[in-house]
Amino acid sequence: MNINFWLPLMVLATSLVSAIVIFIIPDERNILRGAFNLLAAIVKIAIVAGMIVGVYYQQEFETRFTLIGDIDFVLRADALSLLFAGLSSLLWLFTTIYAMGYLRGTPNRSRFFGFFSLCVASTMGIAMAGNLFTFLIFFEMLTLSTYPLVVHKGSKEALNSGRTYLIYTMAGGAVLLLGIAWLHSVVGAFDFAETGVLRDVDASFYPTLQIIFILLIAGLGVKAALVPLHGWLPKAMVAPAPVSALLHAVAVVKAGAFGIVRVIYNVYGVEFAASLQLLLPLAILASITIIYGSVQAIRQLDLKKRLAFSTVSQVSYIILGLALFGPIATVGGLVHLLHQGIMKVTLFFCAGLYAETIGVKKIADLSGAGQRMPLTSAAFTIGAFGMIGIPPTAGFVSKWYLGWGAMEAGAPWVLAVLLTSSALNAIYFLPIVHKLWFGKAPQQWPAEHIPFKRFETNPWLLWPAIITAAFSIGAGLLAAAGWSPLSWAELIAVREYLP
Amino acid sequence: MNLIPFLLVIPLAWALISLLLPRLPIGPIALLGMLVQSLATALLWRSVQLHGAERYAIGDWMAPLGITLVADGLTVTLLAITALIAMVCAFYALFYLRSHRHEARYFWPLFWFLLASLNGIWLAGDLFNLYVGLELVTFAAVGMVILSANRQTLAAGLRYLYMALLGSIGYLLGVALLYSAYGTLDMRQLAELIEPNWTTHVAMLSISLGLLVKTAIFPFHFWLPPAHGGALAPVSALLSALVVKSSFYILARLWLDVGADVLPVITAQGFGLIGACAIFYGGFKALQQDEIKMLVAYSTVAQLGYLMLVFPLAAGTAPEHSMLAWQGGMLHVLAHALAKSAMFLSVGTLVLAVGSKKIDALAGISTRIPLSLFAFGLAGVSLMGLPPSGGFNAKWLMLQSAIGSGQWHWVVVLSLGSLLTATYIFKVFRVSFDQQAIDSGKGLVKRAPWGMELSALFLAGLAIALGFAAALPVELLSLPEVESSLMEASQ
Repeated sequence: MNINFWLPLMVLATSLVSAIVIFIIPDERNILRGAFNLLAAIVKIAIVAGMIVGVYYQQEFETRFTLIGDIDFVLRADALSLLFAGLSSLLWLFTTIYAMGYLRGTPNRSRFFGFFSLCVASTMGIAMAGNLFTFLIFFEMLTLSTYPLVVHKGSKEALNSGRTYLIYTMAGGAVLLLGIAWLHSVVGAFDFAETGVLRDVDASFYPTLQIIFILLIAGLGVKAALVPLHGWLPKAMVAPAPVSALLHAVAVVKAGAFGIVRVIYNVYGVEFAASLQLLLPLAILASITIIYGSVQAIRQLDLKKRLAFSTVSQVSYIILGLALFGPIATVGGLVHLLHQGIMKVTLFFCAGLYAETIGVKKIADLSGAGQRMPLTSAAFTIGAFGMIGIPPTAGFVSKWYLGWGAMEAGAPWVLAVLLTSSALNAIYFLPIVHKLWFGKAPQQWPAEHIPFKRFETNPWLLWPAIITAAFSIGAGLLAAAGWSPLSWAELIAVREYLP
Repeated sequence: MNLIPFLLVIPLAWALISLLLPRLPIGPIALLGMLVQSLATALLWRSVQLHGAERYAIGDWMAPLGITLVADGLTVTLLAITALIAMVCAFYALFYLRSHRHEARYFWPLFWFLLASLNGIWLAGDLFNLYVGLELVTFAAVGMVILSANRQTLAAGLRYLYMALLGSIGYLLGVALLYSAYGTLDMRQLAELIEPNWTTHVAMLSISLGLLVKTAIFPFHFWLPPAHGGALAPVSALLSALVVKSSFYILARLWLDVGADVLPVITAQGFGLIGACAIFYGGFKALQQDEIKMLVAYSTVAQLGYLMLVFPLAAGTAPEHSMLAWQGGMLHVLAHALAKSAMFLSVGTLVLAVGSKKIDALAGISTRIPLSLFAFGLAGVSLMGLPPSGGFNAKWLMLQSAIGSGQWHWVVVLSLGSLLTATYIFKVFRVSFDQQAIDSGKGLVKRAPWGMELSALFLAGLAIALGFAAALPVELLSLPEVESSLMEASQ
């Protein structure tokens, strides 16, 4: 046992241990809790960064022990897991800073930050799970640790949304378990492997494998908010802004999308999945979700609700990229996993900023907010442009690769989906941006909680939004650099398609 | 030196001490007894793990005349879980009984007596000893239910007693039939002699009905919720975790160990069917309760149903699927024992803290008494069968068995049962997060003694830990090994 055995476990431990410590810290010890929380987040980023370098140079990081029978508990850092782990650990830091500002002076903070850390621990476990069984452990842990965050406000509405959330996710978990258990009884225990593991299964099992695939995707699709399994997501908007940011940009929806990546690439293998005729239906479902989410987003008047439906739509870009059989589309899908996370978290940070600073939650009331809150509005604009896919934002890079990949994979109809969706994105985002900058500001804001002093608002809330907005531009401008998300996604695709 | 008799002698000695010498300091005496008992159990466990099953003939009289005690892998696992849970419950009771001085007088003698009777059942090698053990367990358990002698618990205890005696009659009748047919009560000898004929079927049916009543399997469950829900918290924990398991243990041993060849598939499927009914009925009733202890008690009714699924999964299926079902069922016994005792103990603390049995009274307690609620939640994770937990591993093994043997109807039952469990567990959590209640000043609670909170948390933590360490008990449980080691021991 060397350091490579312990590192994946340590990544998990940084947030698991901090969760336990935070639960114990009394509510009023803000500074102690905050310092500890930030320290844990920074340590985690450092470890993940170390492993990224290691994996680039073909190092192996693996924690493994036997759970029961032939099933192992496996945590492993490969290129794909670090893509997700890197995103989560980075955004955990910013969301924690944001949440510390957001929740100042409200009750039950230890409970909140404790479960927040548990939620990130689950996400890291999902990222590094080395087989389906381990993945399931953390997938269910994520469900349980996000419930207290969704109902954090404890109002009737929050409790009802929590119930909806549970009904969807628990049922999804049960279906996923069924798929995993069935698969295990067909082929026995196996680890995730590049280019998949099911190719050599006897042809008489092909129909069974098709059914299992549907079960797995249905179970994962609940969290990934695939239509028609998306119903919990808009309702969960009742949660505090940092939770929405985390749920929608990183933890929950991405956990679902990431699971689908694992199933297609590391369980079935993309070529084998394509030969079983499984990918085209999934691509069509993803396309429907993309269009449906965008259309619904247009109809929403509440800013957070609109962002929620935008998430429904955007997450399916990832799934669409994966379901198209071709390396370029794979790059597009994987890189969008990261890009969408950064851009969406920016937008949710801004939504929270508007609500906290000037009490604006409805889109109609945002008129002229750009003059009152220029930095926030700039960040929002960058995020919105990214979602539409305007260069040089990160969103443009994703869409470019998706479109190119669609052509290469011989599916030109996808191009139509992408164009339609971009147009719809523009329809629901551009009017907001226009209102922000060119609208007429009202005499008085609905509820001005934070006055304009040195900054337009609380800097704890503002800086995370600005930094993630900067990332969204940086990831687009510097996409060709060797260490960009795009290059990393290309590395994964190369390893997947060229064994 | 054979350790087996000590496991009976030690608790009986402590029962006598605490009955005859009530003026001795209760705490140190009880803790000392639990330590000695745990040590003896641990040594026996280690010995069986290293050398295989052990037998002990009381007074050196061999079967069929004498009484033989047997300790194989399954037995030592159950002995260990019994010692463990009893120890934690005893520790909890030291704090809990401070507010129940009157009940404390007879709690300890009954507690030790119950422990001795349970160990007697786990160790019994023949059907008559099992009967004696069953009766002793019943008397001890009924005595503990009526400790808090109010009208409700007296009625519940009396009903429990009548039903248990009814069950005993059924059991005894069947045993008498078997004895007249085969001339032995020793289970190992019976396993070699037994044949599928009418006498055997009637005898086994009579025994099964008796044991189903005692195990509170639907539709004979009705005595359980008032008895378990009305008793003192540590008593409820012991009853739900261990006592109902003892009669199930006999049922399982008898059918799957002794009469594996005479168990018709239709009977096995029938057992599964009433198990499924128990799962759904118990789950729905749990959801309807407005008293927290009754919710947990009905949850026991539902969870016992899962055990009945072992029969259709293990009987008449391929050896590897049968083995998976066995392992899953026994792991479920352990996981449920840990989780349910943790849940009853945590609920006892919650009720004490808020001063009411109603679920509504728990409004907004999530920040007031978080440790106990957390223990409740961890125990709930295992009951829901979510990973990582002992309950999940048990469900996984049963699912593997059901899928592998193509019995999809049980797959459906297992999946839906978990979801139903989630609904009533989260019913409690929903209430506990109610912020309006906190703001309106409700949810102010008394401080709970630390020992009570930690006891529940410890057991709940073990239920979760069983999700990572299930390989250990499962290895011991694996039946063919046990059987082969039994053969070796007898040669």
